Amino acid sequence: MAPIPLDLQLLDSCAALLLLLSFAMLSQRRIVSLVNLLAVQGAVLAAATLLLAWRTGQGHLYLSAALTLALKVAFLPWLLHRLIRRLQVYWDTEPLLNISGTMLSGILIVVFAFGLAQPITELASTTMRSAIGIAISVVLLAFLMMITRRKAMSQVIGFLSMENGLFFGAMSATYGMPMVVELGVALDVLVAVLVLGVFFFQIREQFDSLDLHHLESLKGEPR
Amino acid sequence: MRPAELIPQGLEIGAALAAAPLFLGWVNQCRAWLSNRRAPSPWLPYRNMRKLFAKDAVLAENASALFRAAPYIVFSTMVVAAGIIPSMGTRLPLVAASDAIALVGLLATARVFLSLAAMDVGTAFGTLGARREMMVGFLAEPALLMVIFVASLISATTALPAISEHLATQTLRLNPSLAFTAVAFTLVLLAENARIPVDNPATHLELTMIHEAMLIEYSARHLALMEWAAALRLFNYACIGFALFIPWGVAAGPIGPVALLLSIPVLTAKLACAGAGLAVIETLSAKLRVMRVPEFLATAFLFAVLGLLVHVLSRS
Repeated sequence: MAPIPLDLQLLDSCAALLLLLSFAMLSQRRIVSLVNLLAVQGAVLAAATLLLAWRTGQGHLYLSAALTLALKVAFLPWLLHRLIRRLQVYWDTEPLLNISGTMLSGILIVVFAFGLAQPITELASTTMRSAIGIAISVVLLAFLMMITRRKAMSQVIGFLSMENGLFFGAMSATYGMPMVVELGVALDVLVAVLVLGVFFFQIREQFDSLDLHHLESLKGEPR
Repeated sequence: MRPAELIPQGLEIGAALAAAPLFLGWVNQCRAWLSNRRAPSPWLPYRNMRKLFAKDAVLAENASALFRAAPYIVFSTMVVAAGIIPSMGTRLPLVAASDAIALVGLLATARVFLSLAAMDVGTAFGTLGARREMMVGFLAEPALLMVIFVASLISATTALPAISEHLATQTLRLNPSLAFTAVAFTLVLLAENARIPVDNPATHLELTMIHEAMLIEYSARHLALMEWAAALRLFNYACIGFALFIPWGVAAGPIGPVALLLSIPVLTAKLACAGAGLAVIETLSAKLRVMRVPEFLATAFLFAVLGLLVHVLSRS
C-alpha cells in the first residue's frame, strides 16, 4: 500500500471529526454546549477548507475558509450565545426519542448515507471524493436532530449544522460552489438566523416557552 | 507443542498472575494521590489476599456446589485469557491457539459464572448485582466485538497476535478509525471492570454497587480468588488494549525466554502509563446513575461503529 501524504491524512481526520461532532450534537442535552459544538464544527470545516485550498491551489477556497471562520466560528455562535442569555434558555427538555435510540438510528442513517454516496463517489474526480458520504451523513444527522428536538433553539442549531454538511459536501465533490453562490448561501443563513432570532422572542411572548409543540394548537382552531 | 515453548508461555502467565494485583494497587495509589489522600501501598492487594487465604471460609446454608466452584472457574478462565493475550510475545503456543472472538467468549463465560454464583444464594444484593452485571455485559460485548472487528478489518485476521504484529509493522499514520475504536475500547474497559463512571470499586453502598454486590456472600479463599480474578481481568483488558493500540515492543517472531524477559520493561512502562491514565479518568468523572449506563455503552458502541465506517470509507 502506498503511503498516504500527510495533508490527505489530515483531511480524512477532519472528515471523521465532523461526523463525530454531528453525533456529539445529537447526544447533547445542554443548549450552551450545543452552540459550542457548532462552533467547533465550523472550525473543523474551516480547517478542512484551508487544507484543501492549500493542496489544490484553488484561490477561492481560501476566501470561503475565511468566510466560514468569520461567520460560523465567530459571529453566529456569538449571536446564539447572546440569544440564549437574553431568552434564559439553558437546557433543552428531554428529546422526543431517548439518546441511545437517537444515536443508534444515527448509525443507520450514516450507513444509508454511505450507500447513497457510493455512485457519486465513483463519478467524482476530486481528491476528497471519499468524504462525500460523510457530508451526506452530516446533513441527515442534522435533519434527525431537528426532528427529535422540541425547542426552537436546538432546531436552529440543527439547521446551521445541516448547512455545514452541505458546504462540506460541495467542497468534497466539486471543490466548493462558485463564489457568488457561496456568498448567497452565507447571506441566506445569516438572515435566516437573524429572522429566527426575532421569531424566538415572538414565540416566547405568545406561549411563554420556546417549545414548538405549542405551535400545533393554532392549527384549524375556529376563531 | 514442544516443551521448550512451555517455558515462555508459563513465564507470561506467571507474570500476569504476579503483576495483576500490583497493577490494581498502582491504579488505587494514583487515584489516592490525585484526590489528595494519603496513598495506600501498591502492595496492599497482596496483603489483603494473604490475609483472606489464611482465613476459614464461611458458606451460606443453601449455597450449592456452583457457588463453591464459581471462584475457581472464574479465576481459571482469567488465567487462560492471560495466556491467550499476546502481552509479552506474539508467537507463544497458547496465544496462537485461539482468536480474539474466542477470547471475548472466555470473558463472557467468566461473567456468566460470576452472575450465576451471585444469584445462587438468593440474597437480594447478589441478584441485583447479577442483573446489573448482565445488563452491562450485554451492552459492552457488542462494542468490544466491534472494536476487535475494526482491528481485524485493518489486518485481515481475527487472531489477536497477528493483528498485533500487523499493526506494529504498519507505517505510522493518522488513523481516525483506530482513534475512535481506542476511545470505544477505553469506555468498554471502564464498564467491564467496574471502574468509576459505571461502578465504584471502593464502595459497598447498596444502591449503586454492581461488582461488589455479586461478591458480597463470598469470604476467605473464595473472595481472595474472586478479587484476584478481578485484578486479572483489569490486567487482561489493559493488555488487549496494548495489543490493539500500542503494539510496539512486544517480542515478535519465534522467541526464547530471553526475548520475553526483554519485553518485560516495555510492558511495565505501558502498564504504569495506563494505570495512571485510568486513575485520571476515574478521578475526573462522576459515577453515572445506573439508568444512564446504557447510554454510556451506546456511546462506546457508536465510537466503535464510527471507527468501522470511517475505515470502510477511507478505503473506497
